Amino acid sequence: MIESLTLLLVCQLAGEAIARASGVPFPGPVIGMAILFIGLMIRGSVPEPLQHTTRSILDHLSLLFVPAGVGVMIYLPLVADEWLPIASAIIIGTLVTMAATAWVMNLFLKPSGDSGEQPEKPK
Amino acid sequence: MEGELHQIWVYLSTTPLLGLTLTLCAYVLGYYLYRKCRFNPLVNPVLIAVLVLVSLLIASDTPYSRYFEGAQFVHFMLGPATVALAVPLYRQFHHVRRSATAVVVALVFGSLTAVLSAVGIAWLLGASRATLLSMAPKSVTTPVAMGIAEQIGGLPSLTAVLVILSGITGAVLGTYTLNLVRVKDWRARGIAMGIAAHGIGTARAFTVNEVAGAFSSLAMGLNALATAILVPILMVLLN
Repeated sequence: MIESLTLLLVCQLAGEAIARASGVPFPGPVIGMAILFIGLMIRGSVPEPLQHTTRSILDHLSLLFVPAGVGVMIYLPLVADEWLPIASAIIIGTLVTMAATAWVMNLFLKPSGDSGEQPEKPK
Repeated sequence: MEGELHQIWVYLSTTPLLGLTLTLCAYVLGYYLYRKCRFNPLVNPVLIAVLVLVSLLIASDTPYSRYFEGAQFVHFMLGPATVALAVPLYRQFHHVRRSATAVVVALVFGSLTAVLSAVGIAWLLGASRATLLSMAPKSVTTPVAMGIAEQIGGLPSLTAVLVILSGITGAVLGTYTLNLVRVKDWRARGIAMGIAAHGIGTARAFTVNEVAGAFSSLAMGLNALATAILVPILMVLLN
């Protein structure tokens, strides 16, 4: 557990350092993700404790967005003046993007045996 | 007695413990309801927790900055959690490799659609120039989106709000949208979720299916890259 958490932080720190050093405005954690990914490719497998730790973090990924979500509160007045264009662009734009992207991706996919075919029902 | 309670409140409200504990309590409540409703996307735990916390902060007249002194510990974990996405991505990489062409096509198409649909709709309805520029990177993960907004002259703080709202919209309504266009493949559903609704959509995708979650993580990362390249080019073309 503690080794895995350390590994994640080390990757993130390396990512931040690379982002700073190269001057590319890209977030350190995303570069850290690429570093860990390359590491796993080289190693050829996921160590059991790392699997366990990442699973427990990702099971509650939603929790981590809550503080930023609450932050929306202070900037709500920014949105109030133009609520109609903003709400429409967000809701329609996001859903149109999702539908169109899924449709295009589906068009170019070769059918694969084990990755779907069961519809996700709105439960 | 009332004076004593007030003293306790004054003390607790200044420690980070309160903000941290409230964040977890609100999320546990949201997650409990989410599970009770068999993971119905409409009962999104982020949305519930945010509504509960905002009501509490307004009712107790607590400024966001004080709340965030405690909540920052949760917020901080976003970094290591993003790194952790490498693991499911690695485990599902055989799927990714086989569908590489489709991923690239969907990425370029999705990234363009996200920017153009948002800016286009806001423009048609008369949004100001600052809002349009802040709107452009709304489907990208927050830190990159704020960076892009700053670069093109939008308001990064407004962009952060638009990003979160897009994520919640995608997580709550995405399932229905994807069912409507009858896309059943988890790979396509994941890519669409990650491109349109970044991390919040990815969190939702993981509760549904690991393949979808892995593809959504991939799409989130690649879309950040694609949008960071595309938006400045679009700006030059449109001006």
